[in-house]
Amino acid sequence: MQIIGRYFLFLHSLIIKRESFNTYVRLIIDECIKVGINSIFIVAIVSTFIGAVTAVQTAYNIVSPLIPNYVVSLVVRDMTLLELAPTITAIVFAGKVGSNISGELGTMRISEQIDALEVMGINSSSFLVLPKIIACLLMYPLLVILAGFLALIGGYLAATLTGAMTPDEFIYGIRADFIEYNVTFALIKSVVFAFLISSISAFTGYFTIGGALEVGRASTKAVTSSCIAILSADYLLAQLLL
Amino acid sequence: MIEIKNIIKDFNNVRVLHGIDGKFLPGQPNLIIGSSGTGKTVLLKCMVGLLAPDEGDVVYDQRNFHKSKKDEIREIRREIGMLFQGGALFDSKNVEQNVSFPLDLLTDTPRDEKLDRVNFVLKRVGLENVNKKMPSEISGGMKKRVGIARAIVNNSRYLYCDEPNSGLDPLTAIVIDHLIEEITEEFNITTIVVTHDMNSVMEIGEYVLFMHQGRKLWEGSKNEILTADVKELQDFVYSNKLLKAVRNEKHV
Ligand SMILES: Nc1ncnc2c1ncn2[C@@H]1O[C@H](COP(=O)(O)OP(=O)(O)O)[C@@H](O)[C@H]1O
Ligand SMILES: [Mg+2]
Repeated sequence: MQIIGRYFLFLHSLIIKRESFNTYVRLIIDECIKVGINSIFIVAIVSTFIGAVTAVQTAYNIVSPLIPNYVVSLVVRDMTLLELAPTITAIVFAGKVGSNISGELGTMRISEQIDALEVMGINSSSFLVLPKIIACLLMYPLLVILAGFLALIGGYLAATLTGAMTPDEFIYGIRADFIEYNVTFALIKSVVFAFLISSISAFTGYFTIGGALEVGRASTKAVTSSCIAILSADYLLAQLLL
Repeated sequence: MIEIKNIIKDFNNVRVLHGIDGKFLPGQPNLIIGSSGTGKTVLLKCMVGLLAPDEGDVVYDQRNFHKSKKDEIREIRREIGMLFQGGALFDSKNVEQNVSFPLDLLTDTPRDEKLDRVNFVLKRVGLENVNKKMPSEISGGMKKRVGIARAIVNNSRYLYCDEPNSGLDPLTAIVIDHLIEEITEEFNITTIVVTHDMNSVMEIGEYVLFMHQGRKLWEGSKNEILTADVKELQDFVYSNKLLKAVRNEKHV
């Protein structure tokens, strides 16, 4: 409970901003590049395979001749859009970017770099953390869009190469009964997840006390806490918005 | 000039600082000494505002730091430079970017002028042709030099050094001590050095404040320290084998 209170105080300290707008723009661009480069490769691989696996397994499960083939790609599309692209990517993102944020801030804390900023009269939390959070908010939805797209490609390749369905059937399935709101929902989810991952990881890293061992511990904690927060938020959002 | 009056600091109801007074003059190195765990770093952090003292005042040339308005505190902070124990250089920036960082963030100095200023202070601390090196590529002594350069680049009026020669070999340590002394005199800075190294005391201790378990037990200059009649101070001074040997020699 106390930790949650401190977390909100921490969030508050971020928005009492002090440095010039231009400083932040430069920092945010730097962070966006870092976040993107850090995670794009693993996100691409994971989402492609998840799409492929979903397609193969759905095809395997639907054996009834009453159900038309195109349902497979319909299932792949809805599964990836609603759940797999935003949520699984979030877990991957927490492991990659979240631990990175936490480790970087933790190292800066124990090597007194954060104190050095404070002594200069710079609001270290907003200077270091705000650009990271904004960068994640900007980049993560893009990654989710990419993940959704690649998952469909993965599903397409798996379904057509194994001969489970024809390319035409797959395309037809993808377009059948399409609910646009699902895309909006996925993007809302991705913004919420991005905020949770970046702020929780920053929080655990920023308040690291001790040495290298504790920095490692803070990174691990950043990932586990983020994952718990992601899954709880996932459930809450589904309840609220669907 | 920096004055501290009756600084008290508790952590979880354990008193770490029991009311410390002191007066630190510009243009000379002022040393705060004492064995590990006596609260030197805590005192320093209270003075620069990284920690808030529970009681007491820190006065920077008639400006009461902890009782000032936010803007004034910011103003004072911009006049403070600090050398941290490990240098605390920003890992992701090279030497030049590290030194120019306070100028980038806190001033509107044009780019050319900044570069001139950075090169000037780097040269002053004895570093040339390392502008593009990363902190991980330079030695401990060089990191301290870069740390000093960064601390004074914005024409600081106050300089804090926490254990400036920890982790350095004795020769480099003395060189760094003298560098701090020279810079202090040359730019008339009010410098406070925290140390537990008797070598530093004998080299540059114009004013020495001795702390023991959160209390000030003695103050004076290096010339008086060897003959001071405070038991804890004598224990501290003569824990240094060399000084002890010299003393015993004299007694014989
Ligand atoms: N943030 C803190 N919380 C609780 N206790 C602290 C904190 N910082 C320092 N202390 C305690 O204050 C005492 C003085 O520490 P310090 O000032 O670091 O000593 P030193 O003279 O070696 O620099 C130590 O007993 C330390 O455990
Ligand atoms: Mg200390």
